[in-house]
Amino acid sequence: MNVFDILGPVMIGPSSSHTAGAARIGLVTRALLGEKPVQAHIFLHGSFAKTYKGHGTDKALVAGILGMKTDDERIRFSLDVAKKEGLKIQIETGELEDAHPNTAEITLVGAGGEKVSLRGSSIGGGNILITRVNGMEVSLTGQNPALIVLHKDAPGTIAAVTELMAESGVNICNFHLARKEKGGLAVMTIESDSHFGPELNERINCLENIYSSTRLAL
Amino acid sequence: MVELNYHSIESLLKAAKDNDCRLSDLVLAQQAEQMELPEQEIYEKMQENYQVMASCIQPGSAPGLKSTSGLTGGDAYRMRTAVEQGRNLTGPLLGGALYRALAVSELNASMGRIVAAPTAGSCGIVPAAVLTMQEQYKLTEKECVMSLFTASAVGMVIANNASLAGAQGGCQAECGSASAMAAAAIVELAGGTPDMIASAVATALKNILGLVCDPVAGLVEIPCIKRNASGVAGAFVAAELALAGIRSAIPADEVIWSMKKVGDAMPAALKETAEGGLAATPTGRKLHQQVFGIDS
Repeated sequence: MNVFDILGPVMIGPSSSHTAGAARIGLVTRALLGEKPVQAHIFLHGSFAKTYKGHGTDKALVAGILGMKTDDERIRFSLDVAKKEGLKIQIETGELEDAHPNTAEITLVGAGGEKVSLRGSSIGGGNILITRVNGMEVSLTGQNPALIVLHKDAPGTIAAVTELMAESGVNICNFHLARKEKGGLAVMTIESDSHFGPELNERINCLENIYSSTRLAL
Repeated sequence: MVELNYHSIESLLKAAKDNDCRLSDLVLAQQAEQMELPEQEIYEKMQENYQVMASCIQPGSAPGLKSTSGLTGGDAYRMRTAVEQGRNLTGPLLGGALYRALAVSELNASMGRIVAAPTAGSCGIVPAAVLTMQEQYKLTEKECVMSLFTASAVGMVIANNASLAGAQGGCQAECGSASAMAAAAIVELAGGTPDMIASAVATALKNILGLVCDPVAGLVEIPCIKRNASGVAGAFVAAELALAGIRSAIPADEVIWSMKKVGDAMPAALKETAEGGLAATPTGRKLHQQVFGIDS
C-alpha cells in the first residue's frame, strides 16, 4: 500500500466498480477486436442489469469500446461519441448462469468484419475479471500485461508460443487454455510479470496454427 | 533509511517528534524510498492529484448540474451562491468548505473526473478542507500538496487497522476516514503539532463513529453528497478543538480500533446494500422506483 492507494486514483465517478471497471471491460473487448468497432451488442446481468441507468454503466462500457481510458472525461458523453463515430449499440438485460452480479457480455463487430465476444465482471475497486472469450472459458484480470492467443488446437502450439516468450525474456505468471473440441478453436490466455512490445505478437502470428494474438496492457 | 510505518497514529507521531519535522516531510521521504522513485516524482504525482481536486470545483458547482440518475445536482451551486453573496451564517471558511465538498461529490455523481479520497463516495472532504485552507489563509500550493501526504498517512493507518470501504465498515469507514484525514491536513496547514494532529484524527472519527452506509437506490448520491459536507465540517471542528489544545480522552489508535469493532457489529443491511436506513424509507424506495422502474 502507498499514498496513492489512499489519495487516488483519478477516476470518473460515481463508483469504481460501475464506471472504471465497466470501462475496462469495454477496453479489453476493443483491444481483442483489434479494429474500429461498428456494432456492439451489450448484455447486462445482475446488478449491472438492474442499475446501469443510474450508475451510467452503459456509458462506461461504450466508452471502453470506443477506446477511452478509465479517467477520460468524455465517458459521460460516450453514447453521443458512439453515434458520431458510427458505432451502433444494442443493450439487453437478463440473467446469466453462474455469473458475478456485475457482469457484462459484449459482442463487437469491426469495420473489417472481425467479430469478438467476451464476458467480463467488475469485481470491486475498478478491478475486473474476464471469464469468457468467444464462448471459451478464460481467466484474466487485466492487472498484468497479457497475451490472448486464438489458435487451432494442435500439438506443439503452446510450446512454440511460450518458447518465443522465453526468448524475449518474458516471464509467465498465469497460463490458461480453453478449447471447444480436440483439434478445434482454442484460446490461450497468458499473463506475464513484465511488459512486452508488439514485435512479440508479430512473431507469434507467424507461427503455425495461430489465428491471432492480442497484447493487453491496461 | 526513513524509519516510518503506518501501523499506528502513535508511531507516526513519534517519528515526527524524533525527527523534529513535519509528518508530511517524513511520509514523502519514506514513500520515495518504498516506491524506489525520486522524491520529486512522488511530489509531482501528488501535485497532479491536488490539481485534479481543484479542477472539480468550477464544474461541480455550476448551475444546472445533474447526476446521471437525475436525483441530485445543483446544491453546490446554491451553497456557493449563498457564500458569494455573503448571506451564509458561518462565513467564508465553513461556507467555502461546504460548497466545495458538495461540488466534488456532485461532480462524482454526474460522471465527472475526481480523485478517490480515499473513495469515490467520500471524495469531497479532503479536497474541500485543503482548498478552503489555501484560499482563506493564502497558503502556497506546495504546503497544500504536502498536507495531502499527512492525510494519506492517516488513511493508511486506518486501512491497516480498520477499513476504508462502506461495504465493510459503513459510512464511518468512508466519510469518517476522509474526515480524519482532512482534520490531520488542516492541523498541519495551521502549523499544529504532531500531538494536535493525533487529537484531531481521534475527534473527527469519534464524532462520526457508527455512521451507517445506506445509499438510496444504491447510488452514491443520497445521503452521500451531504455527508461529504458534514464530513468536512467535522474535520474543521476536530482541527479547531485540537489547535486550541483540547486533547482527545481516547487516543486515536483506540478510536480506530473501536471503529473497526463497530463496523464489524453493523448488520449487512447498513453496509452499502441499500436495504436499510434511509434507503429503506418510503421516500427512499419511491426514488429507487423512479430511477430504475423496479422496486428495491
